[in-house]
Amino acid sequence: MTTVTAPAPAPGKRRPREIGRAPQDTRGNWRTYLALTAFLLLSAFPLYWMFVIATSTDEAVSQTPPSVVPGNQLMTNLREVFTMQDVYFTASLINSFIVAAVVTVSTLFFCSLAGFAFAKLRFKGRDPLMIVVILTLTVPNQLGVVALYILMGKLGWNGTLLAVIAPFLVSAFGVFYMRQFIMHAVPDELVESARMDGALTLRVYWSIIVPAIRPALAVLGLLTFVATWNEFQWPLITLNGTEFPTSMVALSDLASGNYVIYRRVLAGAFMATLPLLVLLVMGGRQIVRGIMEGAVKS
Amino acid sequence: MSLTRNAPPVLDIPEPRPPATPPKHKLWFYRFDTKRTPYVFISPFFLLFAVFGLFPIIFNGVVALRNWRLDDPDLNGWAGFANFERLVHDEDFWNALGNTFGIFILSTVPQLLIALMVANLLNRKLRGTTFWRVGVLLPYVTPVAASTLVFAVFFSRDNGMANWLLSLVGFNDMNNPLDWRAYKWSSWIAIATMVNWKWIGYNALLYLSAMQSIPKDVYEAAAVDGAGPWRQLWRITVPMIQPVLVFTVVLSSIGGLQLFNEPMLFEENPAAATGGSDSQWQTIAQLIYKVGWKDLDLGYAAAMSWALFLIILIVAGINAFLTNRLGGGRR
Repeated sequence: MTTVTAPAPAPGKRRPREIGRAPQDTRGNWRTYLALTAFLLLSAFPLYWMFVIATSTDEAVSQTPPSVVPGNQLMTNLREVFTMQDVYFTASLINSFIVAAVVTVSTLFFCSLAGFAFAKLRFKGRDPLMIVVILTLTVPNQLGVVALYILMGKLGWNGTLLAVIAPFLVSAFGVFYMRQFIMHAVPDELVESARMDGALTLRVYWSIIVPAIRPALAVLGLLTFVATWNEFQWPLITLNGTEFPTSMVALSDLASGNYVIYRRVLAGAFMATLPLLVLLVMGGRQIVRGIMEGAVKS
Repeated sequence: MSLTRNAPPVLDIPEPRPPATPPKHKLWFYRFDTKRTPYVFISPFFLLFAVFGLFPIIFNGVVALRNWRLDDPDLNGWAGFANFERLVHDEDFWNALGNTFGIFILSTVPQLLIALMVANLLNRKLRGTTFWRVGVLLPYVTPVAASTLVFAVFFSRDNGMANWLLSLVGFNDMNNPLDWRAYKWSSWIAIATMVNWKWIGYNALLYLSAMQSIPKDVYEAAAVDGAGPWRQLWRITVPMIQPVLVFTVVLSSIGGLQLFNEPMLFEENPAAATGGSDSQWQTIAQLIYKVGWKDLDLGYAAAMSWALFLIILIVAGINAFLTNRLGGGRR
C-alpha cells in the first residue's frame, strides 16, 4: 500500500484523512446513519402497518387520519380468520409448511449431491454439463406455465400439493451454489485419501462432504424455504378452486369477493408473514450471506 | 468464500485396511462406482429440469400452434399461426404490453438507483453491520401476497393513508380524494412502489458484495485529484461494479416483464384478473392468466407466453448492451 499525500484541501472543506480512503474504511458519519435509519423505517413500515390493521377494529381502519397504533383486537380478528367457513386458513398454513419443508429438504439433498459431483469428481462431459446448469438459470420458467398445467393435468396432479412441489424439487441456483462452496471448502486430498481407503462415492459424500458444508446447507435451506413459501402464481393456477390451497392462495381468496374485511385479510397476511420474520431474525446472517455470495463476482 | 473452521472429519476407516489386491468382483465394483456414480448424482437435476422446466417451454410452442380450450376439449387440432395473428390485432395485448413497460420503467430505474445509494451507505464502516444488512431484507422475505394487500389498503381512495399523506403536504383534497386505481398513471405508480419496496434492499446487497471486492488502492489513486465521496461513487465504484450492474439490469428485466403478483392483488377483487375496471394496469402475465384460466383458452395463452418470451429476450439483450456501454465508455 502506498500512501498518497493529498493536496491540502481548502480550510473548512473535507478533512485530509478522508481522502484516498476506500469507502469501506471510512467511518459512517451521522448522515449515513440517518439515511440508513430512514430507509429501514420505510422498509419496515408496511409490515408494521399490517400488524396495526390486524389488531384493529373496522372503525380504526377506516378513520382519517388512519390509526398507526396497534389495537387490541388481534385475537378476535385471528379467530375470525381461522374459523371462516369458505377459506380453511389453518389448513392452508399447514400446506405451506409441508410444501416449503419438502422442497427445502429435497433441494438440499439433490443440489449438494450434484454440487459435489461437479466440484470434486472427474467424469466425461463435466464442464459442458455445468455450463448447461448455469444456462438453465436464465430460462424464465413462468413462461412454460400453460404447458406445465397441461402436463400436470395429464399426470392428474392439478389441485394437489404434488403439483406445487414437483417442479421445485431441485434448483439450478442450488447446484451452482453448492459446487462453488464445495470447491473451496473441501480439500481434494481429503476426498482422494478416502478413496484410497476404499470408500465408495456415496460414503465420501456422507462422511466428508455433508459435515463440511453445513454452513452452505443453512444458507441454501433458508433461501429455498423463503422462496417456496412466497410462491404465488403457480399455486394460484394449479390449486385454483381446491379447498386446501397454500396460504398465499388462501390470502388471495380472503381478499376476493365483493365485501372485503381488511382487518381480517391483514390478520391472515400477518400470520402468513410471521414464520418468515422468525426465519429472518434467526437466520438473517445466513440469508444475507447467501444473497451476497450468489452475486456474480467479476 | 471462507474456509470452514471445522476440523476435517475423522474417518472411521475399519481396521485392518483392505488388502492391497481386493478380490476381482470388488475391483469391478469400484471401477463402476468411480465411472458411473457422478452421473447418478447429477441426474436428479437434469431429469427434473427436463420434465418440469424444458419440456413445458417447448411444449408451450406446440400448444400455441393448436386450438386448446379447457371448456371444449373436442375443439383441438392445428391452428397454425391463427393464435399469433389474433395476438397482433388484439387490443388487450397491446394495452397490457404498454402497461407492462410503463410499470417496468417506473419500478426498475428508481429501484436500481436507490439500491446503489443504499449499497454505498452500507459500504461504510458501520456499527452493527449485520443489523443493517438484515434490516434491508425485510421486504425481500415478506410474501408479495401479504405486502401487496397492505399496499392495497394504503392506496385506497377513501381514508387511504397515501391520500392522507398527500393532503398533509397540500397535494390532495380529502373531500375529493385521488382514486389511485382509476387512472393509468396513478395505478402504475402504486404498483411500481410495491415492486421498488420489495427489491431495493436485495439489489443493494448484490451491489454491496461487488463493492467490497474492489481493491482499496484504486481509491488512493483518486486522492490525487481529491475526488470527494460523490465523485468516487460515480467515477470509481460504479464502473468497477459494472458486471453486477449488468446482471441486476438483466435480472430486473426478466422479472419485471413477468410482473404478476402485485397487479393481481392490487385489484379490489383479485379473482377477476382484469387489472382494473378498464384494464388500466393489466400486465401481460396477468392477461395470460386471464386468457388461459378465466376465458379457458390455453392455446391463445400459450401464444402470448411465447410472445412475452421473445420480448423478454430482446429487452434483456438491449438493456445488457446499454448498461455495458454506459460503464464501458468511462474506463
